[in-house]
Amino acid sequence: MSKTNLLDRRDVVSTLLKDRKGMVAIGGLGASTNDMAAAGDHDRNFYLWGAMGGAAMMGLGLALAQPDVPVVVITGDGEMLMGMGALATIGMQKPGNLSIVVLDNERYGETGGQTSHTSAAADLVGVAKACGIADSRAITTMAEVEALVPRLQELKGGPKFANVKIDGANVERILPMRDGIFIVNRLRGSLGFAPI
Amino acid sequence: MHARTDTSEQQTATWPEDIYSVLQRFDVRQVPYVPDAGHSRLIQRVLGSDTMRGIPLTTEEEGVALVAGAWAGGQRCAMLMQSSGVGNCVNMFSLVPLFRLPFFTIVTMRGEWGEYNYWQVPMGSTTQAMFELSGIRVMRANHAAEVREVVEAGAAQAFNACTPTAILLSQRLIGAKVFVK
Repeated sequence: MSKTNLLDRRDVVSTLLKDRKGMVAIGGLGASTNDMAAAGDHDRNFYLWGAMGGAAMMGLGLALAQPDVPVVVITGDGEMLMGMGALATIGMQKPGNLSIVVLDNERYGETGGQTSHTSAAADLVGVAKACGIADSRAITTMAEVEALVPRLQELKGGPKFANVKIDGANVERILPMRDGIFIVNRLRGSLGFAPI
Repeated sequence: MHARTDTSEQQTATWPEDIYSVLQRFDVRQVPYVPDAGHSRLIQRVLGSDTMRGIPLTTEEEGVALVAGAWAGGQRCAMLMQSSGVGNCVNMFSLVPLFRLPFFTIVTMRGEWGEYNYWQVPMGSTTQAMFELSGIRVMRANHAAEVREVVEAGAAQAFNACTPTAILLSQRLIGAKVFVK
């Protein structure tokens, strides 16, 4: 990678999740879900270990079901590229409480570091904007990450999208729990739903 | 066989309204869909609803992920698609057992009764098996008179017994699409 001063993924995610209040966080398949675990487990963390391409749509379903709860999807460039149509679907529904943050290292870090489409051609901020997500930002500094934090808590003003350029370093693997039924029921419980 | 295009039977059939009232009774709140002519009246009804939100998808697999998020947030979904869309969902169907989702979908069939477009046949003929391999139970309605009770039984099984269920509305019921007279 030729660029310098790229951000550290763990710094970005721990900043996004500090003072999160009741915010639900969905972690996309791969390193992003591990970054959420590294920032600290939480009843409202929704960890994905598969279903690549589905993170943003899970965020949409959750955000529409819980319009008073902020929902942030934290995922990687590869995962977002696989489900890029979701940006068009979200652009039509426009839930104000949904944010999507892509940790973009321009590569498939979990599978050997092969370059992804964002390294050469694909501009995810451009895609999100063109799909009707007006607040779509390209982030390259921690000051910009800090500025995004209060915006994640806002419930109005349409969905938010941010593409954060991070470095390609392989960080220590910190694994979250992986029992899906437990994860979903823990989140439902924290939102006030009794077990079926 | 009968044709689908604007026959008076198609316009006056009550089964789309029957499906809508079952979804309402089961408190379905989000209805993700990829349009199909066979679902058009139901989709129209959902888009005009005060209690349900119709959510157009770019591809069917988005809908499976949406169902997972909605369930995590406490809402029930019913997904509408046609048989060719089922194949688009396969990897995402892994969420159904992983989260024990009360997954419920209503699928209009192509590639069977009186089909002209043989490009619909490969997926149409494997739709049921595809669901079953993915751990989703299949029920079928062939005639207008049975739609309500089949959808009702399927919804009860999906939402009360947490048993993922797909309802197939046969092409015999919805009518084959007419390409040439």
